[in-house]
Amino acid sequence: MAEITLNALAHTYSDNPTKPEDYAIRQMQHVWHQGGAYALLGPSGCGKSTLLNIISGLLEPSDGEVLFDGKRVNELKPEERNIAQVFQFPVVYDTMTVYDNLAFPLRNIGVPEHKIRSKVLEVAEILELSDQLKRKAKGLSADQKQKVSMGRGLVRDDVSAILFDEPLTVIDPQLKWKLRRKLKQIHEQFNITMVYVTHDQLEASTFADKIAVMYQGQIVQFGTPRELFENPAHTFVGYFIGSPGMNFFEASVSDDLHFGEHQIALDPRLKSRLDEIGADTVTVGIRPEFVHVWDGHNDDAFLVDVDFVEDLGTYKILTFNFNGVAMKARLSEDQKVPQEKAYISFPEQWTKVYWNEFLVEVENHD
Amino acid sequence: MTKVENNKAWWLVLPVFLIVAFSAIIPLMTVVNYSVQDIFDPYTRYFVGTEWFKQVMTDSRLHDALLRQFLFSFTILLIEIPLGIAVALMMPTKGRGASLSLILVAIPLLIPWNVVGTIWQIFGRADIGLFGAMMAKLGINYNYASEPLHAWLTVVLMDVWHWTPLVALLCYSGLRAIPEVYYQAARIDKASRWAVFRYIQLPKLTNVLIIGVLLRFMDSFMIYTEPFVLTGGGPGTSTTFLSQSLVQQAIGQFDLGPAAAFSLVYFLIILLVCWVFYTTIMHMQKDK
Repeated sequence: MAEITLNALAHTYSDNPTKPEDYAIRQMQHVWHQGGAYALLGPSGCGKSTLLNIISGLLEPSDGEVLFDGKRVNELKPEERNIAQVFQFPVVYDTMTVYDNLAFPLRNIGVPEHKIRSKVLEVAEILELSDQLKRKAKGLSADQKQKVSMGRGLVRDDVSAILFDEPLTVIDPQLKWKLRRKLKQIHEQFNITMVYVTHDQLEASTFADKIAVMYQGQIVQFGTPRELFENPAHTFVGYFIGSPGMNFFEASVSDDLHFGEHQIALDPRLKSRLDEIGADTVTVGIRPEFVHVWDGHNDDAFLVDVDFVEDLGTYKILTFNFNGVAMKARLSEDQKVPQEKAYISFPEQWTKVYWNEFLVEVENHD
Repeated sequence: MTKVENNKAWWLVLPVFLIVAFSAIIPLMTVVNYSVQDIFDPYTRYFVGTEWFKQVMTDSRLHDALLRQFLFSFTILLIEIPLGIAVALMMPTKGRGASLSLILVAIPLLIPWNVVGTIWQIFGRADIGLFGAMMAKLGINYNYASEPLHAWLTVVLMDVWHWTPLVALLCYSGLRAIPEVYYQAARIDKASRWAVFRYIQLPKLTNVLIIGVLLRFMDSFMIYTEPFVLTGGGPGTSTTFLSQSLVQQAIGQFDLGPAAAFSLVYFLIILLVCWVFYTTIMHMQKDK
C-alpha cells in the first residue's frame, strides 16, 4: 500500500539537455493517492511509458524524486520497490505451468509452499484461471497470458501498486471489456493503487476514477473523466478527449472576443484576467456537444454554412463553416437537421478560452 | 469456365531437379554403385550384393573408430554447448565492447582448418609451444605424439577452441532476440540471476541450441582435417576417427567397394542420430 509522489520529477534521454523538448518528462509535481485507480492517458510518444518505468524503477529519473509514502525510492531497484507491472505484451514464463507462474514471485522470496498454494489458488479463483493451473503457460491465449502476468502481481502481499502499460493492446475487442471489468473488480477487492497507461480514452474513463492526461512530457490535466470533458485545462485535452474533439478557433481580445466579423460575449472578469496576463489573441474552444443549433432563425445566433451531416446512428454530427473554420456540432436524434444554413450559438458556460494552449479561468470566490 | 490443363509449368521445376540431381543424387548413386560391386577395371566388375556391407559391419577397426567418434562428439558437445552459452552470456551487449567481442569470438571460425591443426601442433609442443611448455613447466610430461590421453586432450581442446565460438555466436543472437520486458518482468518478480537464466534465457535459446547441437554433432562426427594435421590419427590409432579410417580405406588401400559401403553406413548414422535428436526435441516441445 502506498502513496506515490513525484517530486519535481523530470527525465531526459539526452546527455546535455538544453530546451524543454529534450525532456521525455518535463518537470512535474504529482501525487497518486493510496488505493486510487488512475489512468495515464496520452498519445504515443508523450512519455507515459517513461513515467511508468520511472515509478517502477526500471528507469532512473535524471532529475527529481520518486517517493513511496514519503520515502525516497530513487535508488531502489524495481525488485526492492514492491511494485507489480503488467506490460503491453503479456510476459509469462513459457516453460512453467500457470500455477508455477503465479507461484514464481512468492518462491523467489522464499514463502513456504503451503502458503504459496493457498495464495495462488485464491488469485487463480479471482482471475478465473482455476481450471488452467496445470497447463503450460506457453499454450495460453493472449488474454489468459495477460491475466497470468497480472496474477503474478496480485499474489504478493507486499505489492504497493500495480502499474499497467497498455495491457489490453493485444487482446481481442470483446475480451477487452471483460478484462477491464475484472481489473476494476480487483481494484475494489484489493484496495491497491493502480496506474493504468493507455492511449484510449474509453479505456481510461471506464477504468479510472481520475485520469492524468499527458502531452509532450507533461501532465496537462489531472481530473475525473467528467472534468476532462467539461473543463479541459489544455487545448490538447479538449482535442484528445471526446469524439469528435473540441472545436477551436483563434480570436482577438477587445471588449468581446473578435473572430472575423463575429463577436462573442466575454465575461468581464475573464476579460480583466486576460488583460492581466497580456493576452491579445486567444484560442476559443467549445465541445461539439455544447454548440447550440437552433431550429429556426434567431437574432442572437450566428448564421453559418452547413458543410455536411454525418449520421452515426444514435446521433448526428453537423459539420459547418464558421468564418472559414470547419467546426462540428452534435445533434441529438430527434433534433431537426438544418439544410445549407444553420443558426448556432456558443453558450457562455461552455465556451473556454485558452492562452498558450492552457485554459484561462476566472477564480470562483463563492 | 473450363479449366485448362497446362503441364508445361512442370518445366520450371527442372532447374531444381537438375541441381539436386548433380549435387546429391548422382554422386550418392555412384557411391551406391561402388558399394555393391567389386570393380577391377571398367570392364571387369562383379556384383557382390551386401558383401562389402557385411565386411564393414564386422570390421573391428571400424568399430573402434566408431566408438572413438561417438566419444569425441559427445565430449565436445558436453563442453562446447555449456561453454558457448556461458561465453554468450558474458559478452557485452552494447557499445564498442559488443563489436569488439564479436570479432574476437569469431576469429577462430575464420581460420582454415588445416591451419588450426598446425597452430595446435606447435602450440602443444613441449619444447617450443606455449601450451606444451607450460604443461612441462608444471611438471607434466606432456607429449601428444606419444601419449594417447594427451593426444585426445589436445584434439578436444583444439575443437573446443575452434568451434565454441559458433555456439557462442548462435546463443548471442538468440539472447539478443529476447525482448527487454522479460527481464523487466523478472526483476519485478524478484527473480534471481539463475531463475532468469533457467526460466527466460534457456527456454528462449532452445531453438538456436537445437541448431547448435545439430551443427556441432554433424561437423564433429565428420571431423578430418584438424586431427589429421595434428596427430595423424595417432599415437597408434588413438585419435583415428571415422573419416580418417574412410580415407585410409579409400585412398590409402584403394578398397573402393568397402569404402563406399562404409560411406553409406557413415552417412546413415549421422542422419539417424540427427533425426532421433530432432524428433525427440520436437516431441518434448509439443508436450509443453
